Amino acid sequence: MSGVETSPVGSYNKTTAGEPVLVELRNINKTYKSPRGDIHALENINLEIRAGEFLSLLGPSGCGKSTLLRCLAGLEAISSGEVRIGGELLTRPPEGLGIVFQHDLLLDWRTVLQNVLLPIEFRRLPKQDYREPALALLETFGLRPFADRFPWELSGGMRQRVAICRALIDEPSLLLMDEPFGALDAITRDNLNIELQRIWTRTKKSVLFITHSIPEAILLSSRVAVMGRDPGHIEEIIEVALPRPRTLATRETPDFVRYSAYVRTIFERLGTLVA
Amino acid sequence: MTEVATRAPKPAQQRSASPSRPPGSHARFLILFFLITVAAWQVLCKVTGVRSYIFPGPTDVFHELLTGSGFLFWHTLYTMTATLVAFAISVILGIILSIGIVYSRLLDRTLFTSLVATNAVPKVAIAPLFILWIGIGIESKIVIAILVSIFPMVVDCVVGLRSVDPGLLDLARAYRGSTLQTFWKIRLPNALPSIFAGMKVAISLSLVGTIVGEFVGSNWGLGFVILQSQGQYNTARVFAAILILAVLGTLLFQLLDWAELRVIPWHVSHRNRHGHA
Repeated sequence: MSGVETSPVGSYNKTTAGEPVLVELRNINKTYKSPRGDIHALENINLEIRAGEFLSLLGPSGCGKSTLLRCLAGLEAISSGEVRIGGELLTRPPEGLGIVFQHDLLLDWRTVLQNVLLPIEFRRLPKQDYREPALALLETFGLRPFADRFPWELSGGMRQRVAICRALIDEPSLLLMDEPFGALDAITRDNLNIELQRIWTRTKKSVLFITHSIPEAILLSSRVAVMGRDPGHIEEIIEVALPRPRTLATRETPDFVRYSAYVRTIFERLGTLVA
Repeated sequence: MTEVATRAPKPAQQRSASPSRPPGSHARFLILFFLITVAAWQVLCKVTGVRSYIFPGPTDVFHELLTGSGFLFWHTLYTMTATLVAFAISVILGIILSIGIVYSRLLDRTLFTSLVATNAVPKVAIAPLFILWIGIGIESKIVIAILVSIFPMVVDCVVGLRSVDPGLLDLARAYRGSTLQTFWKIRLPNALPSIFAGMKVAISLSLVGTIVGEFVGSNWGLGFVILQSQGQYNTARVFAAILILAVLGTLLFQLLDWAELRVIPWHVSHRNRHGHA
């Protein structure tokens, strides 16, 4: 089934189908060696991320979505297959990558601003040139007044916003987000979904977004890759043709409901939803 | 962005600890406690009529402190110098060794293991050897003090350098940070709280090591003063020297505590002390 593209709702919105491919995953397999027998984490993954698209990996925990993201980030080696970013074979963490994890991973000893500038330091770029962009970025997330605060003075939602700013500071061509809102409460999560969509619409970054929330995936994505487990594989890829900007109210529209119902049937078929 | 609105920047409020404990009350309490202890000590000596060379009263000790102040000052300076030099070497060498142990499997297996073995030997037992090898000068005191104090330094520092959130290391790798960058920007700052914990133990042990060295063979230092005065039944002077040691040890520890608060104000253990709950 992998690679099949479907759209339960007619595409009346401009899609990214014609855009050039930024990331190419070909026949990815990932096996963890273990004394009690090998664990097949990813099986025959084929996936493309197009330039400027928001692609979600949606699946239950343990389906290998995080592993896939880590392979793509060059943080983990694949067992077979190949990853190409911008046509180049991936052998180590690529340049122009922004990454957000489930935990904000802010450095306690740095202020908010210094945290945002961390990738600049790692890349040995002149820090003073990025001060203003960093402050502007913080401004878009309503964090400008907190630039000189320390992470422990901020709420969970604010910390995760800082982590997103940090991922965006270097103008990455590819943004990887591994369940970035998984540890947040529902209201903060909703707010961040809308903020993220706003930023994405403006900057048109290519985003790979991992989530296990069906509404979150549909609300944000251009396409949703639904994953199944044992071993992790891509079951189906769905083109989400809902018009933008999408709001929280979009979730109540019939089209949206049709999308989520459709995704649910996939999970039911996979046996991951017992309802 | 609802949270942001309600979480407007806080003014520098509630700087002092808590309303039930106004600033300075801690010091006042300490002085009161000290005065009561001294008074009780004096009363006890008077009531029992114990001889001064067996158990001197506070007046005897203070008299000794005043009359022998010049003499005691130079010996204190000697002990203090040996302690601080040993402490500084322990800290620097300890951190360097820890970095080696953390980054090299070979050093971990050889150096760390031999350090553990060395630490298992009571240092007092081998102190005479160092007097024999290096002489009765200040160098032997420093070496013995280092030997005593470096172990906790290395152990704490190794733990600190090792216990980094794997996510932070992933972050550094994703941004193609070099090993050196990862060390300076993540591993070392992350280890600072542990390093300070090690330093606090090391400073006290440096003082202990120095006194041990002075006991075993010296013409100088408070350890020497204690041993010599004991031989002369000048117990008041022994007490005076011990009192100086107690004050010295406390001061050095407090100094580190103060430095820690300034170097790692972000650490969990300090957040309440800043007034930010």
